[in-house]
Amino acid sequence: MITFEEYEKALIERHGEKTHNILKSSAAAVAGLGGLGSNIAVMLARAGVGHLHLVDFDRVDITNLHRQQYDIDDIGTPKTDAMTRKIKRFNPFIKITSDNARVTENNAADIFGKYPVICEAFDKAENKAMLVNTVLSECGGSTIISASGMAGLESSNLITTRKICDRFYLCGDSENGIAEGVPLVAPRVALCAAHQANLALRIITGKEK
Amino acid sequence: MIYLNGKEHEDYGSLAELLKDNGYKRDKIAVEINGAIIKKSDYDKTAVNSGDVIEVVSFVGGG
Repeated sequence: MITFEEYEKALIERHGEKTHNILKSSAAAVAGLGGLGSNIAVMLARAGVGHLHLVDFDRVDITNLHRQQYDIDDIGTPKTDAMTRKIKRFNPFIKITSDNARVTENNAADIFGKYPVICEAFDKAENKAMLVNTVLSECGGSTIISASGMAGLESSNLITTRKICDRFYLCGDSENGIAEGVPLVAPRVALCAAHQANLALRIITGKEK
Repeated sequence: MIYLNGKEHEDYGSLAELLKDNGYKRDKIAVEINGAIIKKSDYDKTAVNSGDVIEVVSFVGGG
């Protein structure tokens, strides 16, 4: 086992004390723990974000293993539990809270309203739109980082981060959605997740105005 | 003239007309006019004025 002091020292060595302290005292929510969300959660936890709120209604399935951060022995486990377990293996000192729930326009503000940064990582276009609209209308203190367009074997370079308006950013290529016969592959989904996670860190550390 | 998703576009009388003419699916979009988000419940009562800068984000699935 490593101690809290050892862990802190290692992060400070990499990030510098100032950045580390900002990240440690920050909180972010991840909406959906599939290909995008499982990668975002792992990246934010590794970076030292102090509190992550994880939200998903689903359980790990064999069809998730090709692009999501789960293992065979996670199959059947709620994704919120499997992801909490996974993160605690490399960062035992992080605060993780979770909601094993299906997000709707009626509960979204309750679940996410207290988090300054929300990463939208749902699968379906309707759910993405619902969360973005609800957060922008009802959660005035939250910025939402959404994702659209990461399917297919298109170029990595089509994936961008774009500010749409105050409190709303969009990552992805905006075009390539899931469709019959179109693959959804680990690297391209992780690229988009990395755009989201990096933007979250930029917002938290005040680099994004 | 209005600006729709960064491009010049003919004027429209209402947001509802703009969404319909361009084939947008209301349950898969977010609409911003001059930097402000438009609530879904206001789509049918929102006017579009000449010079407006409008962004319609049309989400595609995958995650």
